[in-house]
Amino acid sequence: MSEEGKKLYVKIHATEDMKKLMTDYYIQAKTAPGTEKKICWITSGGPVEFLIAMDVIPVYPENHGAMCGASRTSVQLAEVAEEMGFSRDLCSYARLDIGQAVTGGGPIGGLPRPDFLLCCNNICGTVLKWYEHVSRYYDVPMFFFDTPFIHKETKEHALEYVRKQCVDLIEFLEKQTGKEFSEEKFAEVALKSVEAVDLWKRVLSTAEHKPSPLTCFDAFIHMAPIVTLRGTQQVVDYYRLLLAEMEERIEKGISAVPDERFRLVWDNIPIWYEMRNLGNLFASRGACLVADTYTSAWAVDIRVDEPLKSMADAYTKVYLNISIDLMVEQVISLIERFDADGLVMHSNRSCKPYSLGQYDIARMVTERTGKPVAIIEADMTDSRAYSEAQVRERIEAFLESLES
Amino acid sequence: MRVAGVDIGSLTAKAVMLEDGEIIGKSLVMTGHNSRLAGRRALDLALKEAGFPEDAIQNIVATGYGRLSIDFPAEQVTEITCHARGAHKIVPDAHTVIDLGGQDSKAIALDDSGRVVDFVMNDKCAAGTGRFLEVMAHALEIGIENLGEASLQSEEPAPISSVCTVFAESEVISRIAEGVSKVDIAAGIHQAIASRIYAMAARIPLKERFVMTGGVAKNIGVVKALESKFKTSFVVPPEPQHVGALGAAIIAAERASVKS
Repeated sequence: MSEEGKKLYVKIHATEDMKKLMTDYYIQAKTAPGTEKKICWITSGGPVEFLIAMDVIPVYPENHGAMCGASRTSVQLAEVAEEMGFSRDLCSYARLDIGQAVTGGGPIGGLPRPDFLLCCNNICGTVLKWYEHVSRYYDVPMFFFDTPFIHKETKEHALEYVRKQCVDLIEFLEKQTGKEFSEEKFAEVALKSVEAVDLWKRVLSTAEHKPSPLTCFDAFIHMAPIVTLRGTQQVVDYYRLLLAEMEERIEKGISAVPDERFRLVWDNIPIWYEMRNLGNLFASRGACLVADTYTSAWAVDIRVDEPLKSMADAYTKVYLNISIDLMVEQVISLIERFDADGLVMHSNRSCKPYSLGQYDIARMVTERTGKPVAIIEADMTDSRAYSEAQVRERIEAFLESLES
Repeated sequence: MRVAGVDIGSLTAKAVMLEDGEIIGKSLVMTGHNSRLAGRRALDLALKEAGFPEDAIQNIVATGYGRLSIDFPAEQVTEITCHARGAHKIVPDAHTVIDLGGQDSKAIALDDSGRVVDFVMNDKCAAGTGRFLEVMAHALEIGIENLGEASLQSEEPAPISSVCTVFAESEVISRIAEGVSKVDIAAGIHQAIASRIYAMAARIPLKERFVMTGGVAKNIGVVKALESKFKTSFVVPPEPQHVGALGAAIIAAERASVKS
């Protein structure tokens, strides 16, 4: 890349605030062991609101995985798990997490030890075996939150099944923390979560504007608070700030990518170690990634009047827990809403539920919208599965074909 | 108007010079370890054949994997677009281009005017490419240029099931040890390539006429195997390795006329 290290798309000022927010959060988490504060490791799609309401610090191995990927420390950690006998075909987040527990490596010197675990399978089936390993490794209990897969529509009995698990989860947390669950506190957290989610949706929606003030490469960075700490006041405050900056950009006519000529939708988890280079490659050709299927996954709807039922519904309906037909509907709706010229799909060697079916989705999307699709092959954090020259070739040829 | 197209691939670098749309010079050199040097040598040789100094060239387009490391001013265009444009020039009713180069394989769908409608490329794997054939020819102790002709003598191609270059090589060695004839193994290798290319190409709309480009098109065994797999005939241009450079030169001419 000719502009290695230098970002071609416009810098977001709120980034500094987010860095501080996330740093404070990790310092708090890292210094918690030995104090009264309990730590719970949680999967990225898990119902974090219960932890926040119980004053438990949530720790996300997947968010940490993204950090390891971006800092290019993921491969050495994954290799530790491979030496232990875990297959290289296993998710690289799982591998590097298993590795960091042993070595304490990575950009923040490893995650703090969990007191207990909350594993929700709405994002994949791998998490169950991964968290079972973590549970044995640290000898801590795990709560398994089971969300049935949605083929066509959400069934009432399935929702009831998930809602009952919310009740069981409350019991589990009361036992683990020795504290009583407060409905009042929970309602407060749910309200803040709703507010933060609403703000996050509005931030993402600003990209509907032409030219877009935001690329998904920004959204991938700025999603960290909504994933990890929704339900807290800091997150609400942060997204107010970010939204104001995006609205100001629209007002002043500032676009994320100078000279926006193409608008594209991204599918799958980012290629964390290559994000800057890819962002620059697209930006250098006037292509803005205006929306993605990934960051919108945290736009969960919770209704304060029926928090448990609406949470059961929201956590069951996430993008990775629905059939290909429903995924196609969501992708098409993004293409239409953001008036995109095409779709870029990352076929992610690590993430099977995200990547299986992409060729079918690509075909169906092109048939129904006439928009072209480029599929690039990589892995979210295992750079050994990435070939820069070939990915670059594919993206450039795709952009050339849009041009003609 | 004089323009040039330079295609720096993983194995060879090619250049084509055009004067008012006619080819007046071309070259082909081995890329070796230094693609910048290879691009320079290819350009110089084509200039020499045309009999013009470099400053007589109005515009240059570079393509191929080495296009980013060149020491002359040029615009960069991917080989997908260049192969499409070059194939369309030679075969105006071409709608499908199969390009098998040194380290990658591509299938490109064109519209009536030669624009790219869709394309697919091989993933991180060299099977079915020139490099794959080099390894196989070496294992068989047959010269790479004779592999195609040799395979045509086969009456019973030996099945090669592995799609990985490294595993296919050991499979070939096992077949030799079993006493299978070299020509049958060579034919089996070409069939394996054809199956793999077909599986990839079937993802895009396949429409007559079919053109094959890239160095592997010089292997008649692969061409015949592809024709049998695709159930159609392929047009192989007289100099299939130069199609990308020709397309690059055509694009250089188009862009120069837009500028002037």
